[in-house]
Amino acid sequence: MKTLQDCLKERILIIDGAMGTMIQRHKLEEKDYRGERFKDWHTDVKGNNDLLSITRPHIIEDIHKQYLEAGADIIETNTFSSTFIAQADYDMQALAYELNVAAAKCARVAADEYTLKNPAKPRFVAGAIGPLNKTLSLSPDVNNPGYRAVTFDTVAEAYTEQIKGLVDGGVDIILIETIFDTLNAKAAIYAVKNYFRKNGIPELPIMISGTITDASGRTLSGQTLEAFYVSIMHANPISVGLNCALGASEMRPHIEELSQIAGCYTSAYPNAGLPNAFGEYDEQPHETAHIIEEWAKAGFVNIVGGCCGTTPDHIKHIADEVSKFKPRELPVTEAELID
Amino acid sequence: MNTIKPYLRLSGLEPLIVRPETNFINVGERTNVTGSKMFARLIRDGQYEAALAVARQQVENGAQVIDVNMDDALLDGVQAMTTFLNLVQAEPDIARIPIMIDSSKFEIIEAGLKCVQGKCIVNSISMKEGEAKFIEQAFICKSYGASVIVMAFDEAGQADTKLRKIDICKRAYKILTEQVGYLPQDIIFDPNIFAIATGIEAHNNYALDFIEATQAIKTLMPLTKVSGGVSNVSFSFRGNDHVREAIHSVFLFHAIKAGMDMGIVNAGQLVVYDEIEPALRLLCEDVILNRNNDNNETTEKMIAFAETVKAKGKEIIKDESWRKETVEKRLSHALVNGITDYIDADTEEARLLYARPLDVIEGPLMDGMNIVGDLFGSGKMFLPQVVKSARVMKKAVAVLTPFIEQEKEDRKNAHLAAGTVNEETAGAAKILLATVKGDVHDIGKNIVGVVLGCNGYDIIDLGVMVSTDKILETAIKEKVDIIGLSGLITPSLDEMVHVAHEMKRRGITLPLMIGGATTSRMHTAVKIAPQYDDGVVHVLDASRSVTVAGSLLNKEQKPVFLQALKTEYDKLAEDFNNKKTTKQYIRFEEAQKNGAPINWANVNPVAPTFTGTKILDNYSLTKIAEYIDWQPFFIAWEMHGKFPAILTDPIIGIEASKLYKDAKKLLQQIIDEKWLNAKGVVGFWPANKIDHDTIDVKNDDSVIQLEFLRQQIKKTAGQPNLSLADFIAPAAQNYQDYIGAFSVTIQGIEKHIKNFETNHDDYNKIILQALADRLAEAFAELLHKKTRTDYWGFVSEEQLSHEQLIKEEYMGIRPAPGYPACPDHTEKYKLFDLLGGQEATGIYLTESLAMYPAASVCGWYFANPESKYFGVGKIEKDQLIDYAKRKNISLEEATRWLRPILE
Repeated sequence: MKTLQDCLKERILIIDGAMGTMIQRHKLEEKDYRGERFKDWHTDVKGNNDLLSITRPHIIEDIHKQYLEAGADIIETNTFSSTFIAQADYDMQALAYELNVAAAKCARVAADEYTLKNPAKPRFVAGAIGPLNKTLSLSPDVNNPGYRAVTFDTVAEAYTEQIKGLVDGGVDIILIETIFDTLNAKAAIYAVKNYFRKNGIPELPIMISGTITDASGRTLSGQTLEAFYVSIMHANPISVGLNCALGASEMRPHIEELSQIAGCYTSAYPNAGLPNAFGEYDEQPHETAHIIEEWAKAGFVNIVGGCCGTTPDHIKHIADEVSKFKPRELPVTEAELID
Repeated sequence: MNTIKPYLRLSGLEPLIVRPETNFINVGERTNVTGSKMFARLIRDGQYEAALAVARQQVENGAQVIDVNMDDALLDGVQAMTTFLNLVQAEPDIARIPIMIDSSKFEIIEAGLKCVQGKCIVNSISMKEGEAKFIEQAFICKSYGASVIVMAFDEAGQADTKLRKIDICKRAYKILTEQVGYLPQDIIFDPNIFAIATGIEAHNNYALDFIEATQAIKTLMPLTKVSGGVSNVSFSFRGNDHVREAIHSVFLFHAIKAGMDMGIVNAGQLVVYDEIEPALRLLCEDVILNRNNDNNETTEKMIAFAETVKAKGKEIIKDESWRKETVEKRLSHALVNGITDYIDADTEEARLLYARPLDVIEGPLMDGMNIVGDLFGSGKMFLPQVVKSARVMKKAVAVLTPFIEQEKEDRKNAHLAAGTVNEETAGAAKILLATVKGDVHDIGKNIVGVVLGCNGYDIIDLGVMVSTDKILETAIKEKVDIIGLSGLITPSLDEMVHVAHEMKRRGITLPLMIGGATTSRMHTAVKIAPQYDDGVVHVLDASRSVTVAGSLLNKEQKPVFLQALKTEYDKLAEDFNNKKTTKQYIRFEEAQKNGAPINWANVNPVAPTFTGTKILDNYSLTKIAEYIDWQPFFIAWEMHGKFPAILTDPIIGIEASKLYKDAKKLLQQIIDEKWLNAKGVVGFWPANKIDHDTIDVKNDDSVIQLEFLRQQIKKTAGQPNLSLADFIAPAAQNYQDYIGAFSVTIQGIEKHIKNFETNHDDYNKIILQALADRLAEAFAELLHKKTRTDYWGFVSEEQLSHEQLIKEEYMGIRPAPGYPACPDHTEKYKLFDLLGGQEATGIYLTESLAMYPAASVCGWYFANPESKYFGVGKIEKDQLIDYAKRKNISLEEATRWLRPILE
């Protein structure tokens, strides 16, 4: 069986599209989120999409299959908020580990089914680690810039628990994504490195994906793209890239820059354009695919896909367009100074 | 094809890529509490807003990285680092550049790493505490994605020579790249910049060592970087910024050429190399590259030049600016800085200002001493500085004393005239200090006296060899509050037990403090405390005496303190009593059979060049001084560390260097003005072992029998139970063996001690005492060497360095009666008889068998190549009985002298 590394050498890989957008299509109500197990839960849980991995696993599994059917090589677990910090919104801190295991299993089942169908195109499960609703570099209190709502140790602890759940559930990759505060990502990297080192398990490949929030070209926590990359290089990731916040057109200069400086593979999964006045994404699949096709042609990317607003249809279009191009070649990383 | 270069990459909000063409990187040094007084004050006062301004100014002045250090004894470093760095993150104009997290405490480093999103530099880690810790810390740094500065420091200490610097860096490189997985470009070496032109010749090459090591490191490991704290190099010119800036600039010129990549500098304060006046630049070149510097020639020139700059420059104004302050502030400044120059005039000025002379003492002088006490307590001042402060205090008090006496007299006369009762108000708490009967050592006691004096206590020092009667009578007569006993030799321990016993018998209830080199918490708990119910405290060193005295004199704290102490001592005593059975001893007879297995057939005893004694009088102090082991000198001053590394220790180095300089100066004066006389006697006699532990020594027609003690602890198989007697050939061997003995002393200290006392100069008094001790030890070392190679001549050639001598790597030994290999002090009588008694050297023995003068050393010489130092350890009753019988003394007397090794 080909490994992720083998596949990356061969072609541009496809990562899936939005989970939230697909869940919305099901128009689920409070009782659907609760299921039998949480029917008496003391807070509202509607909107806790990660909970569905436990209460509606077939919906999640089915979404994964739609993306696999569209051509995705990598699917992301439904675990964007599966930490005890993010789950505190629903008072479900204690479920964090279980959510990760359940979500990883949903994705695993789906991916294995498609790999079995076509072993020449193996499918990979990426355990998604989101950015949290609390940040380590920014104070939520404008009058007290030194204040922090959470500590590095707590964040690392939350991520460690999440990683354990993902690994126990059988993921192939750890994906630290939608990074708008690099220090949160560093806590995640710290947790990954220590988790594998301390448990004596071979490290899974790490994908890192940051978020450039606006035209300033910086992360929300103020770093330039290169500063961001330098700050996470120690993760020794298999890929570094960008996702969310921007549509493909806005993302282009940044992914171009990243393709120049990154010593590893690059990834990019933009939103389906910028949101319209109603907060909806209306860039059409062929439009998104057309922009990304140009990146592939220019040799900027190794992994592409979609974020908010993208659908299996977007993924299918993207997959079709980029299949014509060779993946970006890994730059030569020199081990000594050559003038 | 696209390539990624192996550059050091750092980041704040923006990246900093260190390319080959990148110029020297300035690391801003002002956000460092150890380097900037202002920054330290701001952080201590919680003025973080203003502290951020310091950081911002650094960035504006061109710092490309800022070094943040919160290592301050008064600060919670973790919290200060966290607070400051969190605030920095909110200031984009500062957070723009990478942060160097600087601390000697790894927990503070880690706290810093948890606050910064960019890629930091950790400053620093090292192999100081061994490889395992180094690796662990490196893994942690790596998991935060930081580059590391590795200080050239290993288990043996900080590297000072070029070779050591290179070796340590190579070793660290191998570990970091092979075991931890660091990329070479993320490793930054700090090969230690030390102060040059200190006046100590060994320091002259420090700058060149750094420069050459840098070059080698960059050649061997081209991807790594080299950094350093530049201002260290000019430390000896503190206060003279003009000269310092020139030195920094010239140093950097050469260091950067050699490959130095970055340095901690004051970015706003570097002169351009070319703009340094040519004369100064040339001097800087010479002093940095250690050129034309035989006998410190260049150093002297540089110092002389610095003086001229200082004299004509702005510095003289700055140095003396404190003179413009109020008299209270001037007194305080003089006390804290140990300056006696103006103390008489300032004290007089204050006396005229205050209503009563005592007010000056209780007001500004005590305020100043309180600052000194606080600084000392928090580890910011060291003992030599405190003693200098005390010198200032004593001088000030001396100015006031006649007026205080006059006041008292006036009051007394007024009372007499009015027929009223004179009730002088109680003054400061009184502490009585004494070295117990039979003991002559008092350096430690004097230091305790000075330190307690500095903290406002009234000290009554009864001196040395003080009988129990005198101690207790004085205590009652003077209404003291605490009694402190000191002693250095083992019989003093019994004497202290006796004092405690007598205190109880006489119904005294004062707390008793115990101190001195042979005393211990364990001995105090097991032997002294049970004798006396009103509080016995063992005090480890002078700095603890203050807190102990404070606790004992505070009505509320005292019962709590003593109760806690009693619990602790009871526990210690209980543990001791439980433990003593666990060691196994063998029967004395068996021990005797298991002596050192020396094959006498292979030993060829050498006859000494003479038998009988030889007296050395007025021996050259210059020659003796070459043999001084300085480490114990610093220990006497409670400065612990290896010599000479202690002189460059990052914490106490500066003060240690000052003390060393002052001591060398006094030593030179002692030699030049012939203050002291070194006198010694050495003798050799035919000797043979006539029984297991008995040696016959033939002195002319008489025979003296020496008795030795033997180890009785159960040894592992094949290990002998040693006795010194084992090292002398048995009579049965049919050849003549020999034993030697010596005693040396340093005479003439009393007059000079008195002079220092008259001048209230405890600082030089204690230096003098400690030097006399060192000279006596050095004389013994020198004489032993002469004995080995000349007088006895059992070693024909010997090429041992000073260090090897200190480590006792020579052949043969010189154990002294009363010390571990022959713990019975009473054998000293025989040694002295053989050497011609008191007439030979003027040394006499006290009733506890201490030698007077205190700066005296004696011992036996054993020449056998197998002879070695050992401790007899504890002995059993069967040996004690046998020993008493051999020495023809009562069991009771033997028990008294051998108590420390019984049970």
